[in-house]
Amino acid sequence: MIRPDAPVLLEIRDLHARVEDKEILKGVNLTIRAGEVHAVMGRNGSGKSTLSKVLAGHPAYTVTGGSVHYRGENLLDLDPEKRARIGVFLGFQYPVEIPGVSNLEFLRVATNARRTEQGHEELDTFAFEDLVRERLKVVQMDPAFLDRSVNEGFSGGEKKRNEILQMALLEPLVAILDETDSGLDIDALRIVAAGVNQLATAENATLLITHYQRLLDAITPDYVHVMAAGRILRTGGKELALELEERGYDWVDQELAALAGEVA
Amino acid sequence: MTASLSAPTSRAAWLERWLSQLPEPSGPLAAVQQRGRQALSQLPVPSSRVEEWRFTDLALLQDLPLTQAAGTSATAAASSDAVGLCLQLDGSTDPLAGVALPAGVQLLSESELAQGLGHTLAATGCHDHWPVELNHASAGRVLALRVSSRCKLRLELHSSVSTGLLPLRVLLVLEEKAELELCQKLEAHGSGLTSLVLEAHLARGARLDHGLVASGCSDAALLAHLAIEQEPESHVALTSVTAGWGLARLEPRLVQVDGQATSTLRGLQLVGGRQIADTHSHVLFAGPEGQLDQLHKAVAAGQGRSVFNGAVQVPRAAQRTNAAQLSRNLLLSDRARIDTKPELEIVADDVKCAHGATVSSLQTDELFYLQSRGIDAEQASGLLKRAFCEEVLRDLPAVARRWCPIEQWQLEDA
Ligand SMILES: Nc1ncnc2c1ncn2[C@@H]1O[C@H](COP(=O)(O)OP(=O)(O)OP(=O)(O)O)[C@@H](O)[C@H]1O
Ligand SMILES: [Mg+2]
Repeated sequence: MIRPDAPVLLEIRDLHARVEDKEILKGVNLTIRAGEVHAVMGRNGSGKSTLSKVLAGHPAYTVTGGSVHYRGENLLDLDPEKRARIGVFLGFQYPVEIPGVSNLEFLRVATNARRTEQGHEELDTFAFEDLVRERLKVVQMDPAFLDRSVNEGFSGGEKKRNEILQMALLEPLVAILDETDSGLDIDALRIVAAGVNQLATAENATLLITHYQRLLDAITPDYVHVMAAGRILRTGGKELALELEERGYDWVDQELAALAGEVA
Repeated sequence: MTASLSAPTSRAAWLERWLSQLPEPSGPLAAVQQRGRQALSQLPVPSSRVEEWRFTDLALLQDLPLTQAAGTSATAAASSDAVGLCLQLDGSTDPLAGVALPAGVQLLSESELAQGLGHTLAATGCHDHWPVELNHASAGRVLALRVSSRCKLRLELHSSVSTGLLPLRVLLVLEEKAELELCQKLEAHGSGLTSLVLEAHLARGARLDHGLVASGCSDAALLAHLAIEQEPESHVALTSVTAGWGLARLEPRLVQVDGQATSTLRGLQLVGGRQIADTHSHVLFAGPEGQLDQLHKAVAAGQGRSVFNGAVQVPRAAQRTNAAQLSRNLLLSDRARIDTKPELEIVADDVKCAHGATVSSLQTDELFYLQSRGIDAEQASGLLKRAFCEEVLRDLPAVARRWCPIEQWQLEDA
């Protein structure tokens, strides 16, 4: 839902970042207001996951220019854990398996870290069990997954549901979901999309990274951005995604070439 | 020079001194003491010059007060019930005084003791090891129990030393299909040496589930030999955890006398500061169709040093042996050191023997995943370290599991 007067949650300006010696983000601009759903699409390797990890504070990526403000605060100054606590959430394209750490304990510690930041009381194990059982319904997940190690041996789709469960518990203001739809079967996609829609409010915002229209059929984006070679090449409404579905990305090369020409 | 012929070498001078101030041999182990002292006066003190002690020099024992530890502090009251026995071992008083033995458990008679003591040490080839002789030379008591055929016993053994030498000797005989859950806690709170020699003999179909939790301090040393003899169809699960010792050397030694038994070994050792933990395990399959499942883990922080040497012997008689050994190590500091080595001697041709070793530090991606959920870096690494240890801790019998306050153990750079 677009409301021009809604507060800006995330403001990305001319963001540049590299990994090792390779520049990957080359000037990303993006403004996200409360209530909005954004979709970022683009070819493999165009820098979508890099953008999401830079926003979450992954240590492998170095920001070399530009700025990111979250509700007016310089996000890039904060540790990853602080970013999460104040409401930035990254749903990983490849959720990490952590053998030996119980999923339930992990979810509880994470939830309490966020609650403490918000000035709420920490939940004890019993109160948390109640909460988690309720939130499991959002993704229709079997409670048996709570007793296992974090993501260990989870199928691709189960990992993605576990990501959305975490989102449901942490109640972020900006949720960046990196290919949460990949690896989901048809029913699971419907369930996850319904979960994301259920969690969306006028106060928060969602940034969906996806390759497929079928997710955007279920979660209607207010804006669709096309990322190419480390920046956002074009922005449009939901019809842009349909156009991409039809035309593919060949036009991207022409525009990039044209841009290179302008610079030269 | 004639002096050098008669004078003890300076390397062993402290040992000579120690031997000379020991009380006269006495009690049921007098003969053993006599032999042990004799042996020690001839054996060289293990030093880094011999392969088995390459990383773990015992010269540092010379700085410890090796006078017999007097009355140690009780960590649990001796007690017994229908299937359980909880005992304090202080090396001097009778641990069974005033305790009623549960049905199916007997003390070994003097003649049985004479016959059984040392049998398993010899069978596992460690009767003449230096730490064993040290125990021989000093131990004045042995706890020698038999669990009758088809009986079950839960045994807890507690010992705690604040300063000095605590020699502990245990002999356990499990008759056919007897089952023993042994939870053993060794603690040290000051400068001293705990010397443990435990022998267990398992008859056909017997089962031993042994959890050993040894938590020491930086000026304490532990030398332990756990010698276990298995007849066919017997099962041994030995899970050991050592943490905090200035020096800990653990030698689990198993022999499957006719194969066809199962042995599960789990080990976890934690070192920080300048601590050394060394596990030398030895498993001999003297017959066919034996099974071994071994996992050894170590966490090394600070300038700690961890050593693992896992010997597995599969002679020609041990066809169709199935043995797997894995050593996994977590290196938390670039000044810590980990040495790990499998030592497989396989002569039989129809066997499955797998082994592997890994050394890694905490995984950046795992840390980041936890941090990205609001968990701070320190707590995240704590969770990962605990997870690493949990794989061994979960195999401890429940009683012993509660003795591992993993959250409190020093896993940081000390
Ligand atoms: N840690 C890294 N080390 C080296 N190269 C990296 C690293 N992370 C990303 N890259 C490179 O940066 C580029 C962008 O990768 P990124 O994962 O952001 O792409 P993406 O748009 O998410 O692609 P996909 O659609 O396949 O998920 C790729 O060429 C990738 O190989
Ligand atoms: Mg990606």
